Amino acid sequence: MSASSAFNEEKMGSSSVGEAEYAYDPVSGKIFSSDYNRHQSRYRCIICAQKESHLVHYVGRVSLQMIARGKNASDLFPAVVKNVACKNIEVKKLVYVYLVRYAEEQQDLALLSISTFQRGLKDPNQLIRASALRVLSSIRVTIIVPIMMLAIKEAASDMSPYVRKTAAHAIPKLYSLDPEQKDQLIEVIEKLLADKTTLVAGSVVMAFEEVCPERIDLIHKNYRKLCNLLIDVEEWGQVVIINMLTRYARTQFLNPNLNESLLEDGGSGDKTFYGSDEDEDDDEKENKEKAEAAALAKRKPYVMDPDHRLLLRNTKPLLQSRNAAVVMAVAQLYFHLAPKAEVGVIAKALVRLLRSHSEVQFVVLQNVATMTIRRRGMFEPYLKSFYIRSTDPTLIKILKLEVLTNLANETNISTILREFQTYIKSMDKDFVAATIQAIGRCATNIGEVRDTCLNGLVQLLSNRDELVVAESVVVIKKLLQMQPEKHSDIIKHMAKLTDNIQVPMARASILWLIGEYCEHVPKIAPDVLRKMAKSFTYEEDIVKLQILNLAAKLYLTNSKQTKLLTQYVLNLAKYDQNYDIRDRARFIRQLIVPTEKSGALSKYAKKLFLALKPAPVLESPFKDRDHFQLGSLSHLLNAKAGGYQELPDWPEAAPDPSVRNVETEEVLNTGEGRIGLLGDWREVPEWTKCSSREKRKEKKVEKPFYSDSEGESGPTESADSETNSASASDSASDSEQSRSSSESEESDEGSESEEEKENKNKKKVVKKAVKERDTIFQTITPSGTLKSYELLHRITGEGLSVEYCFGRQPFSPDANMVAVQLQFTNNSTSETKNLHMKDVKLQSGMRVKEFPEIELLPAGDTASAVMGIDFCDSTQAANLQLCTSTRKFFVSIQPPVGELMRPVFLTENEFKREQGQLMGMNELTEKLILDAKYRNEHAIVQRVTTAAHLSRVPCGSDNEFAGRTVTSGSLVLVTVATGEEGVAQLTVNCEKMVIGTMLVKDILLALTQ
Amino acid sequence: MIHSLFLINASGDIFLEKHWKSVVSRSVCDYFFEAQERATEPENVPPVIPTPHHYLISVLRHRIYFVAVIQSEVPPLFVIEFLHRVVDTFQDYFGVCTEAAIKDNVVVVYELLEEMLDNGFPLATESNILKELIKPPTILRTMVNTITGSTNVGEQLPTGQLSVVPWRRTGVKYTNNEAYFDVVEEIDAIIDKSGSTITAEIQGVIDACVKLTGMPDLTLSFMNPRLLDDVSFHPCVRFKRWEAERILSFIPPDGNFRLLSYHVSSQNLVAIPVYVKHNITFREGSSQGRFDLTLGPKQTMGKAVESVLVSSQLPRGVLNANLNPSQGAYTFDPVTKLLTWDVGKINPQKLPNLKGTMNLQAGASKPDENPTINIQFKIQQMAISGLKVNRLDMYGEKYKPFKGIKYMTKAGKFQVRT
Repeated sequence: MSASSAFNEEKMGSSSVGEAEYAYDPVSGKIFSSDYNRHQSRYRCIICAQKESHLVHYVGRVSLQMIARGKNASDLFPAVVKNVACKNIEVKKLVYVYLVRYAEEQQDLALLSISTFQRGLKDPNQLIRASALRVLSSIRVTIIVPIMMLAIKEAASDMSPYVRKTAAHAIPKLYSLDPEQKDQLIEVIEKLLADKTTLVAGSVVMAFEEVCPERIDLIHKNYRKLCNLLIDVEEWGQVVIINMLTRYARTQFLNPNLNESLLEDGGSGDKTFYGSDEDEDDDEKENKEKAEAAALAKRKPYVMDPDHRLLLRNTKPLLQSRNAAVVMAVAQLYFHLAPKAEVGVIAKALVRLLRSHSEVQFVVLQNVATMTIRRRGMFEPYLKSFYIRSTDPTLIKILKLEVLTNLANETNISTILREFQTYIKSMDKDFVAATIQAIGRCATNIGEVRDTCLNGLVQLLSNRDELVVAESVVVIKKLLQMQPEKHSDIIKHMAKLTDNIQVPMARASILWLIGEYCEHVPKIAPDVLRKMAKSFTYEEDIVKLQILNLAAKLYLTNSKQTKLLTQYVLNLAKYDQNYDIRDRARFIRQLIVPTEKSGALSKYAKKLFLALKPAPVLESPFKDRDHFQLGSLSHLLNAKAGGYQELPDWPEAAPDPSVRNVETEEVLNTGEGRIGLLGDWREVPEWTKCSSREKRKEKKVEKPFYSDSEGESGPTESADSETNSASASDSASDSEQSRSSSESEESDEGSESEEEKENKNKKKVVKKAVKERDTIFQTITPSGTLKSYELLHRITGEGLSVEYCFGRQPFSPDANMVAVQLQFTNNSTSETKNLHMKDVKLQSGMRVKEFPEIELLPAGDTASAVMGIDFCDSTQAANLQLCTSTRKFFVSIQPPVGELMRPVFLTENEFKREQGQLMGMNELTEKLILDAKYRNEHAIVQRVTTAAHLSRVPCGSDNEFAGRTVTSGSLVLVTVATGEEGVAQLTVNCEKMVIGTMLVKDILLALTQ
Repeated sequence: MIHSLFLINASGDIFLEKHWKSVVSRSVCDYFFEAQERATEPENVPPVIPTPHHYLISVLRHRIYFVAVIQSEVPPLFVIEFLHRVVDTFQDYFGVCTEAAIKDNVVVVYELLEEMLDNGFPLATESNILKELIKPPTILRTMVNTITGSTNVGEQLPTGQLSVVPWRRTGVKYTNNEAYFDVVEEIDAIIDKSGSTITAEIQGVIDACVKLTGMPDLTLSFMNPRLLDDVSFHPCVRFKRWEAERILSFIPPDGNFRLLSYHVSSQNLVAIPVYVKHNITFREGSSQGRFDLTLGPKQTMGKAVESVLVSSQLPRGVLNANLNPSQGAYTFDPVTKLLTWDVGKINPQKLPNLKGTMNLQAGASKPDENPTINIQFKIQQMAISGLKVNRLDMYGEKYKPFKGIKYMTKAGKFQVRT
């Protein structure tokens, strides 16, 4: 916008001129300073008064800085919003930012600006329309909900895809403002889902996910289209679409791994055996699996739905996306949907993401950790990519450790353990503790290395770091708890350690172990107690507690040897400085030493102390996390986040796949072919059409830019022309073009899918309908061109459209009736049933012979029927009610007067005689001038017979036509006498004056048109 | 999807907030500060923090936390990737992404954020489109704007969003038409105590700077495309052509962009261009430790190893280090215990060496952990994997562009365990 542009439209009073002079002062000064309040009123004047160029500074600097800092700038609202109609784009944008921020607080003032946006919605420039809708829908003021709704609906059928995209964005905004609008919004979503442009696809699926994710039925028809468009959608849209399609596929297709999972369940005993094979020879294993799968498949064949395959095929290239979110989305799709043998492809891409920012690594590793529990083999080749560097953040280190632990098996455990050994020396103590736990888990999972691990851990007991020792003791304790009887030597070894180990936590843990398993080391345990009793007074508190425990347990199992020792220890403890220990000693003494007063509890002392303690389970915290959709926030947190859509289980039996077939919409096409080709149209076009369409379609598919395979020069040209023409000036026409082309594509797709489909039942019906139609066409020989009228429009008829014409053929059941030929076309996507007529409301005397009920009208098909109406020689409309199985439509048929008669044969003499009898009031004469082109006899005859159902009197001197009205049989005589220079005289003789008058008008119109 | 964005600096001040839906109070960041306190290191703050009503997803770049507030389920990577894209855009616009730069350009930042998200869903993230919408500030333009009062906002409406090639702006004109490609490879390696390689991988990128008039269509082919094991492309690259012919065919965005990043198949043995001889020992009982480090080149194909920088996190017990470098300079930070040695170029005749003693805390026991040594280096004019560009062709435009290809090898995460 030029700097010299005029003053702002909303000039304030005269004071403004003065204010403008020190305009720069407050702005260049500190806005963040606390005294901005003092200046605030001044700003207000400035904003109201300034030149446009300066406004940028004020609106921008002042209000934005305050918004950005979270300060309340709402006082400036009226002043700022005034500028909404400003022509300067930057000012406008800044005002929009401000408006959207504060509209909720200042609703009344915000409403003042609405009209500006409403004007913008009608702008010829698509970008302005889009931005107007964007801001309008961002204003969170409930009063304007109807306006927003209207704007969205209008924009959804805008010819510019960009505006339609904006409409899709506006849907969730309106929904969050007023959830009551849901139903209407779903209609808009449904409409936009059918959109064929990549620009819209991502946004509308996002709206779908926010408004009505449960309406999976809306996706059926668009499923294939979405799959095909996917690669050309912008990256954010891809993520949303892929996540939605994952859920969709889970409801619509069968589990491709069903057979294999059965196998696993059946042979769970063998599982470990296979597991050990896995890494040795992946190929062999795969072959084996395949063979097994094949064997099973014989029993229970599984054929993947072609649509399922389509989804997998079309998402695979996106693993190469630069956007980590897209890669993750595809990876989770493969993990949840692909057959086991194919899931492997995602590993490489996920490992690549580990090079990215640490936040990305964090999320990816979480998901990899879950995947490795189920599909360990997938990531085994990439084991080394999960090795830990000292520079990794602790969060990442711990996750990598988790993955390494999950990947460990008999073959790689030695390398992994060697790696763990270096980790133990790390400076990051949290990480060291996690490593020790990981070693413990490896030891429990892999029997072979349990002893090695235990030995390693035992060595760690002498580590200087308390955390390390404590963690090792805890892990050893857990390991020993699993098979204590086998490891009495380790317990013995640990007993020996008590002489050396000084870390109290470790000593305590060892004492607990010996106490717990004193039966396995019956000789050593009392000796340990003896040593401990000796050093009791020097021990730390936690050790003292464990000594007490040990003493109690030994007393219960081996009281002969340890009775005195226990007494001694308890006495020492009785006078300890720590009250905790004194308490414990008192408690134990009461429990174990039988006295006269001892309560019932002492009977159960053994049970209390030596209860069998369950072995702690060492399993991955990522186990069972895969019931959450991978890559989701809920999975990451392992808790259901708000708005999370459950990943449904596979269905038992596949739902009807035909729901995804897209129906034909080629009414016009077939309509033409039908009349011309009559008999043989059925056979001919099927194949020819199909192939030509397919060719055309292939061309179209190439058009999308990213996905084209054959470079040539084609894509360049198209890109050139399209971008050039997309400039704002002629963008409208351009988009219109693209729209029409997309529409033709749509019908192509439809026809193709229809051909694919083999719905026999349906075809039968079609054929039947065609037969009926043919017989009708054969019996009726239309004289001249028949003019058809619309009875029911496809919009009001919800896809059903009806046309009628007057066949001018005698209606055989009742000669007094006019035959009306109806043509029904089903434009909707579902079939229409039981098409019939009911409750005819007629003028008195009128009669109707209804047409036979049409049982079934398949989608996209056409059917005809003939009905008879006795109009009683009046042009009053016959009001009828047309019913389908679901709906009723009120329609009316109004006959042109010319159709209310039928021709009679009169000789010229008879004609003259009759004419002579119908003179006076029954004769109407009109002068007219014929157009030069239509002065010949033939033209006149044709025009008159078209206008009225009459026959020409043969060999007449003038053009004479005769007929009788259908009901009463009154004669209608028409004479067109031509003179010189196109002057002609029209005479109509008819007993019924009303009909006569109307006929004159009609014929006059026909002749002079 | 994304509700709000808060920018928090290293000292914990929220210096910018932006809301796309209703306003979320900045007190929500208290949960973030809590997590920050709990984490010892700045990078240890968990990227996703659940709070009672919201979820906070944050990224840390240039010592600024970008904290996005989310209210309901959304793929976390979606948000993280977007936040990184925001940072990249800021960097692209202001050269640096610092608190000062953002504060200075508040208006542009706001305009950018407004364009990038609509109702929390990404709208325009492509740099070429954004630059058409909002002109990046330059010193000259800022001056001109101040004097004439014109603005940063593009005058004509952006058509890029509507075109088939959304990543390229229209009507590009240059007097000198040039296309430069940098093939940069990074070696990630872990070398163990004895000098044998535990793991080594090569990751590469091809960064391009294309300044070509009109709407050129480029193809880039390699001598040995089989080397590339795993690739990810800029959206402009035609994927099917790559699948079929292993040729990169694309209409480039205008300016700088990353065309391709790749991973060299792990079957190939990776040549490690440097070796390290080290002897870092602490003796029991003594309060001193010995430090001796020598670097040397190997398998560099005659190219010089430059800009070598060695860093190592010494054990906590180390109080001070008295070292003597044969070349370059070293620093030791007694607080963070970080030792860095700026070596410079490695001279194969006279290998760089750093030798001396470390003083331990008196009375402290010998540390059990051994420090790891991180090495950075650069080798010009060589791609370590041996990848070579065969030719670059242009179609669709008449003029003859100037083409240039540069190779470079760098150390990525190159670590030597001791």
